[in-house]
Amino acid sequence: MSMIKASSGPAPTTAAGILTRPFWHENPVLVQTLGLCSALAVTNAVANSIAMGLATTFVLVGSAIIVSLLRKIIPHQIRITTYILIIATFLAIADMSLEAIVPDVHKAMGPYIALIITNCIVLGRQEAFASRQPVPLATLDALGNGLGFTIALLMMGIPREVLGNGTFLGVHVMPRSFEPWVVMMLPPGGFFMIGLLLLGANWRDLRKRTRAQLAEAMAAEAEAATTEAPEREVAVV
Amino acid sequence: MSDLFWIFASAAIVTNFVLVYFLGLCPVIGVTNKSATGLRLGLATTFVMVLASLAAWVLNTFVLAAAPFLRVIAFVVAIASIVQIVELFVKKTSPSLYRELGIFLPLIASNSQVLGMTIFQTNRGYTLLEGLMFACGGGLGITAVLSLVGGIRERTDLAPIPAIARGPALVFMIVATLSLAFMGFAGMGAA
Repeated sequence: MSMIKASSGPAPTTAAGILTRPFWHENPVLVQTLGLCSALAVTNAVANSIAMGLATTFVLVGSAIIVSLLRKIIPHQIRITTYILIIATFLAIADMSLEAIVPDVHKAMGPYIALIITNCIVLGRQEAFASRQPVPLATLDALGNGLGFTIALLMMGIPREVLGNGTFLGVHVMPRSFEPWVVMMLPPGGFFMIGLLLLGANWRDLRKRTRAQLAEAMAAEAEAATTEAPEREVAVV
Repeated sequence: MSDLFWIFASAAIVTNFVLVYFLGLCPVIGVTNKSATGLRLGLATTFVMVLASLAAWVLNTFVLAAAPFLRVIAFVVAIASIVQIVELFVKKTSPSLYRELGIFLPLIASNSQVLGMTIFQTNRGYTLLEGLMFACGGGLGITAVLSLVGGIRERTDLAPIPAIARGPALVFMIVATLSLAFMGFAGMGAA
């Protein structure tokens, strides 16, 4: 299950917009609250966050290309099953590659690599975008969402590792006297972190809305003033 | 015997699937408006998990030894079929329960809890009985969290909460506090 909020702005029409909107304004984690399981589980270290972000991006882009290529062949009734099989294929490739290249990180991430398959972002993009658009646009959209996911992971992973362990990518960055906040590395720290980020997103949203209301009110006032003014002049004359 | 008990207890409490393994957060946000709904969905998930544990054991023992790289695909297909069968069964035997669960019943198929449970079971090399206890404990742990969060959210409905904290942000703060409380069990038993 996922909570899909209505997008705050108009749908992007340019290629650059399709690529960059998911970075921030339509960030899959912070704005659409998708893919939270993997976002919380692996972000207690920056290296794991990067590995998870890149693996998800790879799976997203690979399956978006195949789904987009086959979009006219896949029968509508069994499309979800087909998408899942395509995603699982790329997942197996990503899983084995990570195990071969960075065995330590692969071990630290445990079962969460396999759980990319249940990440709502991956299936969501196939259904909402790749199955309807030509290959180049689908690739850009998948790349943008994958990188947006990575950005969100880093926004959680960097504070959690720096505060929880005093390190950044394993290198000590905090002064020697700093006492690590161990709770940031533990599961509650992950929940607190996403709660804080969502609070920030709410705050931004509220501010934008009150500003829009204010601007509207001022525009209405100005309009009222211009329409009233001539009448008054007439009255004086 | 005590091994079985500790597998059950640690799956339910010490390493709770939601609060410690972060599995299945979508239903935590989506279905916990009321305590009772959370309870029902949790029990349905438990049922699916026990069946999935059985299926995973059969697959691991008789099929996947020859082709371990097909594990995730095989598990996903098995879980999707189980959910489909359960859905048909519930629809036939108890239409009222079917209506109550609505969309959330089929969505168990895309739930990371069930898949995560089967993968943990495989990685830890549980036997059939241990796997079933693990699935049961994990499912009941999820049920407990869903109904707890639901209960707390029912209270917050009437509380004067600032607009900035409404929605998922508040739910995550509640879950963080619960997770902190459950940390108290850490280190118990043979987790």
